[in-house]
Amino acid sequence: MSEVPFWVEVVVAALLVLSGLFVLISALGFLRLQDFFLRMHPPALAYTFGSWCVTLAGILYFSMLSERLTLHPWLIIIMLSMTVPVTTVLLARVALFRRRVAGEPNTPPVLTRPDDS
Amino acid sequence: MRQRLLPSPLMSAALLALWLALARSTSMGQILLGLILALVAPWLTSRLRPTRVRVRHPLVIARFILRVGHDVLVSNFEVALGVVFWRFRRPQSKFVVLPLELKDPLGLAALSMVTTVVPGTVWSELALDRSALLLHVWDVSDEQEFITRFKARYEAPLREIFE
Repeated sequence: MSEVPFWVEVVVAALLVLSGLFVLISALGFLRLQDFFLRMHPPALAYTFGSWCVTLAGILYFSMLSERLTLHPWLIIIMLSMTVPVTTVLLARVALFRRRVAGEPNTPPVLTRPDDS
Repeated sequence: MRQRLLPSPLMSAALLALWLALARSTSMGQILLGLILALVAPWLTSRLRPTRVRVRHPLVIARFILRVGHDVLVSNFEVALGVVFWRFRRPQSKFVVLPLELKDPLGLAALSMVTTVVPGTVWSELALDRSALLLHVWDVSDEQEFITRFKARYEAPLREIFE
């Protein structure tokens, strides 16, 4: 098995560091933000850009290493974007429901037809 | 007969491709296993899908995927900067109610994927009659402009694809 060229190592390393940076910022967001719905935003950094960078690094590294195009890491991106919405939408709905029951301020009312309200 | 055997040919093709990609081989045995999966899984789950999938305009789909990818990148940097500079500038995040014209359940599912994957928006609630959507938006200064942009960018192509 051949070694990968230096520039590939540099690009792969940069992608991995970038991914780590975004996951770190996403965790920082969890720590700093106080509101539940604000906290719903930063995790998206980890499951989009963070995972995209790792996937890209994987495709590049293993394609160069085995000297043929290795595309199956793409499945990570596809699977993540298919499964993540299920939990996210569920969490948001539960949070809204609980807030309405608790009568918290700044909670939007139940959606109805515009002409009803 | 063809209906029964292959309730959703696109899904079967996707499952077979997925199986072969995961197995990383195209040997006879793997193709056979993949075919079994591709035939049995859609058949078992066909009752979960109330409407038949009709997907048209592959070019629109391709352009839509690229557009979402681009927006995800932009939004990633927006939210990341917003978190890092949280102490100096608070983003104007709020709930936005969007009037919806898209009624197709699959189109709505696709729209929920888009809003979840884009870090700046969180799908919060869909009106029972599907006439409106509640989104939590990370940073929005002009609500009306956001609604117009969102509808033109995502809802219009999805209606073109699914309706």
